[in-house]
Amino acid sequence: MTTELICAGFGGQGVLTIGKFLAKAGMTEGKNVSWLPSYGPEMRGGTANVSTVISDDAIASPIVSFPNILVALNQPSIDKFAPSIRPGGILIYNTNMCPHGCKREDIVQISAPMVDIAKEIGNPMVLNMLAIGVIIGKTRIIKYETMEEDLTSFMKAKNPELLELNLKAIKRGIQIAQG
Amino acid sequence: MAKILMKGNEAVAEAAIRSGCRLYFAYPITPQSELIEYMARMMPKVNGTFLQAESEVAAINMVYGAAGCGKRVMTSSSSPGISLKMEGISYIAGAELPCVIVNVQRGGPGLGDIQPAQGDYFQATKGGGHGDYRLIVMAPGSVQEFADMASEAFELADKYRNPVMILADGMLGQMMEPVEFKPAKTDAEIEELGKQHHSWCIHPNEDGDKKHHNEINSLEIDPLVLEKHVNELYEKYAVIEQKELRYESFNVYDDNEILCVAWGTASRIVKSAINELKAAGKSVGMIRPINVWPYPYEAVAKAIGPKVKKVYVFELNTGQMLDDVKIAVSGKVPVDFWGKVGGIVFTPAEIQAKLEECF
Amino acid sequence: MEKIAYRPESLTSTPFTYCPGCLHGVAHRLIAEAIDEQGLINQMTGVAPVGCSVFAYKFFNFDMAQAAHGRAPAVATGIKRARPDMHVFTYQGDGDLAAIGTAEIVHAANRGEHMSVFFVNNAIYGMTGGQMAPTTLPEMKTTTSPYGRNTDDIGFPIRVSELIATLIAPYYIERVSLLTPADIIKAKKAVSKAIQYNKEGRGFTFVEFISTCPTNWGIDPIKSRDWAKENMLPFFKLGCLRDKGEGVE
Repeated sequence: MTTELICAGFGGQGVLTIGKFLAKAGMTEGKNVSWLPSYGPEMRGGTANVSTVISDDAIASPIVSFPNILVALNQPSIDKFAPSIRPGGILIYNTNMCPHGCKREDIVQISAPMVDIAKEIGNPMVLNMLAIGVIIGKTRIIKYETMEEDLTSFMKAKNPELLELNLKAIKRGIQIAQG
Repeated sequence: MAKILMKGNEAVAEAAIRSGCRLYFAYPITPQSELIEYMARMMPKVNGTFLQAESEVAAINMVYGAAGCGKRVMTSSSSPGISLKMEGISYIAGAELPCVIVNVQRGGPGLGDIQPAQGDYFQATKGGGHGDYRLIVMAPGSVQEFADMASEAFELADKYRNPVMILADGMLGQMMEPVEFKPAKTDAEIEELGKQHHSWCIHPNEDGDKKHHNEINSLEIDPLVLEKHVNELYEKYAVIEQKELRYESFNVYDDNEILCVAWGTASRIVKSAINELKAAGKSVGMIRPINVWPYPYEAVAKAIGPKVKKVYVFELNTGQMLDDVKIAVSGKVPVDFWGKVGGIVFTPAEIQAKLEECF
Repeated sequence: MEKIAYRPESLTSTPFTYCPGCLHGVAHRLIAEAIDEQGLINQMTGVAPVGCSVFAYKFFNFDMAQAAHGRAPAVATGIKRARPDMHVFTYQGDGDLAAIGTAEIVHAANRGEHMSVFFVNNAIYGMTGGQMAPTTLPEMKTTTSPYGRNTDDIGFPIRVSELIATLIAPYYIERVSLLTPADIIKAKKAVSKAIQYNKEGRGFTFVEFISTCPTNWGIDPIKSRDWAKENMLPFFKLGCLRDKGEGVE
């Protein structure tokens, strides 16, 4: 099985990190992964996006043209990438910044006011972890346990409080997906 | 060793350090900045030299000096910076010094843009600098291969006393994939590596060492002497052309109706398209030159199966390796080309559409 | 009988190929003597430039590198970083160092790179046939300033030692001349000091030699020295601009 994701949003929303943690967890589970960011001037506060591929087979192109999953943290990301989601694919978006949503009916749409929920959890920075939670809750790409393990080894020593908030956000994302 | 998720730019830097590179001179440029930054962080930890030079020109000449001491030394840049290094590369080739140069290509000509491209194929494989010389040019197709090539490049550079270029691009530099590294060379091993060059390189007169006068030089003012030197270089290149051919055959079978030829990043996209077509019952093969100089002409020619109607070349340029493919095919079947430029990477769907037109 | 004339061990037996009356041979000899005196021959290496002294790599009796035009300080940087146990110098002319190699010399000096730079200033390009150099004097005629150097058009000669002395890192900077026996004795002292500081690992040392080019100036060797005294020395003043070892800042 091959899953191709695009995560997109404003620079600073942590979209690159969504792809990175998913890729890392995929790698931990023994899968082939690739992570390809957009780079250049847009890194400095404009729109950012990352193509992530997680596959049981060798990955040919790391460029995702037709994603199975799109995570859109703002409206321009929906406008740009939602038309190319594969039929039956998943769109996950942040209603706080996507006022017009997406009109496609041949895909699964999961949305939530992610900015509000992140603030409620206690830190706006965990917005991207909510998105990871939704992906874990909705698909079988990676296991929650793997993500928890990776995040713990990455953050436990550096910032245990943020780790707790991140795990809380992921769990909340899973609830949203299964809700 | 466990796999690490890493950017190509960082992976090649780490692999170079593990291969015994303790000297790195460079100048910042996008999209290879992670490489110079990684070296800035890591070289001091292994008692190595990281030096941000005042220019690409200075950086490659620092490489010339360090390589003249027989030490493993590397520089890296992206296309416009590589152009600036060309003077020094010609001198390094002329003086037969081993070193590794990484080009993380971007769109050109001129300042161009900073997105992935393959427009430096001619520069890398056909000269670039002045005079009769060759670089060994390796073109990675994945982050793992990018990293592996660092040690392979140093081995080749030492073996042939010749500069080796790793010709990557912005995509390979910026993307992350899992990488597994070879064990790092010890300080003692690195010391020994340097000593293999003592017959010709700059080094002190040590106790018991015969007094030497080694010259690091590309100047031969007497035409007859220069002629001899260049002929000797060409004898060396002929050996490299025999021994250092590397390529990958992908889905090459007798029932192929099309044979693709692509290298580096472009080859990955083509692979995706071939896989899609295979699922639809259409047989397309591909030769991916891994070393683009020396070029695997025979491998391309031999891969043209009995049913192949066309050889299709895909590159992120306007057709540079195309010339080599035409030499390899020698008019046996038509050769077609399609490419994208401006730093735009074609998609698997676009390649698939181009290939489907041929059926 | 005491032997008073001998070839320094740091010079090979290869005969110099310079024009009659040229002072490169004197400069080479001073450097070779200083290296001998400091007992550095086994740890020494040098970088030859592009210009008349392009063959300097043949004349010095230890491992030598030949550099692209102007790049000697970068090459020497690479050598010193690769072999910190060795001592390195560059030998450069005015076109090499002050025109095409300006960036390399300024930045090597600014890094306080551990090397000695011997800079020969004779106000002209020699090897290529007497063209204008960055150090060519105002109104001076050369093959590329046939009507005399027009300072309105091409600017003034560069005083390289003074330029280097604006930087903080260099340890020792002195301008000397090769025009008279007395000056040569002073020049020898400066060279010895540079090599000694190099040996002691003090940092970047720079010696500028005011020299001549009888061939391209079209003046005989003796008169060319007089010409240099009258015309070059007023513009390029001799003296020490920096000696951190002696407290001269």
